[in-house]
Amino acid sequence: MSATDLSASPSAPARSRTVVASLRLLRSELRIIAGRRRNQAGILVLASVPVLIAVALKFSQPREGRGPDFISSATSNGIFVSLTALSIEIALFLPLAVAALAGDTIAGEANIGTLRYLLTVPVDRTRLLAVKFVSLVLGACFGVLVVAVTGVIVGGALFGLGPTTLLSGSQIGLADALARLALAVLYLSAGLAGLAAIGLFISTLTEQPIGAMIAITVVSTAMWILDGIPQLEWLQPWLLVHYWTAFSDAFRDPIFYEQMRQGLLVALGYVVVFVSLAWARFTQKDITS
Amino acid sequence: MTHAASAITTTGLTKLFGKQAAVDGIDLQVPYGAVYGFLGPNGSGKTTTIRMLLGLVHASAGEIEVLGEPIPGGLSRILPRVGSLVEGPAFHPYLSGRANLARLDAADRFADPSTSRTRIDAALERVDLLGAARKRYRAYSLGMRQRLAIAAALLTPRDLLVLDEPTNGLDPQGTREVRSLIASLTGEGATILVSSHLLSEVEQICSHLGILRQGRLVAQGTVDEVRSGSRAVAEVLTASPEEAATVLRGLGLADVTVTTTGVRAAPDGVDPERIVAALVGAGVGVRGFAVQSPSLEDLFVSLTGEGFDVSN
Repeated sequence: MSATDLSASPSAPARSRTVVASLRLLRSELRIIAGRRRNQAGILVLASVPVLIAVALKFSQPREGRGPDFISSATSNGIFVSLTALSIEIALFLPLAVAALAGDTIAGEANIGTLRYLLTVPVDRTRLLAVKFVSLVLGACFGVLVVAVTGVIVGGALFGLGPTTLLSGSQIGLADALARLALAVLYLSAGLAGLAAIGLFISTLTEQPIGAMIAITVVSTAMWILDGIPQLEWLQPWLLVHYWTAFSDAFRDPIFYEQMRQGLLVALGYVVVFVSLAWARFTQKDITS
Repeated sequence: MTHAASAITTTGLTKLFGKQAAVDGIDLQVPYGAVYGFLGPNGSGKTTTIRMLLGLVHASAGEIEVLGEPIPGGLSRILPRVGSLVEGPAFHPYLSGRANLARLDAADRFADPSTSRTRIDAALERVDLLGAARKRYRAYSLGMRQRLAIAAALLTPRDLLVLDEPTNGLDPQGTREVRSLIASLTGEGATILVSSHLLSEVEQICSHLGILRQGRLVAQGTVDEVRSGSRAVAEVLTASPEEAATVLRGLGLADVTVTTTGVRAAPDGVDPERIVAALVGAGVGVRGFAVQSPSLEDLFVSLTGEGFDVSN
């Protein structure tokens, strides 16, 4: 045992107590998020998109050669309903969901005044911020998962879940397809974690949760717009949303990791920068609400 | 850990918002075991001071020591021993009273989860809210909200309670209950700082007073010390006030003012008998004479200004 181990050992029980206590706070946080009517309604909206897609495809005439790849493939396999829904919702609905939750984290608590009582319990500001960020990422992950799972269930019910023909032409079994879908869900959650970090920072700047939510939505939408302007090609590799659509690379054969790797690095960069900014801001802030 | 003589000590505590000093160099002394009435009109800096004591707002200058530890350095060690009510109650509107307390208890890393329910029930019982524990917070009346906030401050045993306007919104019955609650907490050995803009609400229960005006502490000490800081006033009722004023000045009385019915002055140790004799000797017709010590209420008003911000 080295000298550093010795000096660290007295604080080890205290640290484990902090971890246990933080998990208790996280559970309370998740319960509040899950119990809120607005969030429950939001989950229903997220889940309704794959349902609408599947129903629309089932009852419309097949039209060859139109729409994105997924949509034409969807009638052949239910998995593609999930992918189609994800590619549609990642543009607005999922970022909007993250924005709504992020607005609640600090700005929302400040708005109703509960922030001052949390801090005087006391909850260390760094610990509170960490718990809020983790709950935000879990919330985003849950949103993506709901879209994917609803897509599989509804798509499977209407179109079946047989062997999946990949975009590159080869066929894979159902287990393989579900594993690849799980990869896509995790990848999108990581991307949304980058947005969650931006949201957390914006939430520390204001006491108006709606204002924070609008600002976060504006940021993500602005990034999509910039990503669509060809003249800004030099900027696009730095945009968080630029790599989000790469989740479909999980359905190539073999899986094409290059874009997703880039996307993860950029998302990680956004998390580091904006969580640090949020921390710097929040730990220095006068709580006057 | 040093053993300080006071539960709360501040030196030169100052908070600037922009160029405006909300709190301007105050030196608080709250002895252990005291019920300290922290008085001042709305906007005099009470809440900002309390926010600084609790580490919510950073001081612009000056030092704070609470329960023997410096603030903000010792916050994480001190705050578990401090229960607080800051600028009115604030809870999640869609959660029940009990769920709101459970939320705060979950946030407390020193609170034992296995005793959470009994402690929450005990705190609710203490403020007589057990019957409404399952109601949503948004359905609570203002008085119930206030009591829930007090219950939150009592979730774990505390050495210091900082209660900002605890009787705000309570009916007379509720105000009395809060007073008796404070008395019972003092009996258990807690130190209490209770702020109010109404002297009458706290004067019966306080052992000490601090009076704030425009961010400055204008009086502080035990209730008797604060009261003795005030000057008695001699009032002469007479038809010839100018002559009476001349006599009083001749006797060396301070603050001689002519009123519509006579003259007022501060006797400052001159015997009342001598004053009357001098007046009569000078041929001033005396219709009435009285020396009065002002009530605490008069003192409070004279220290903090009357009515709507005459001092601005």
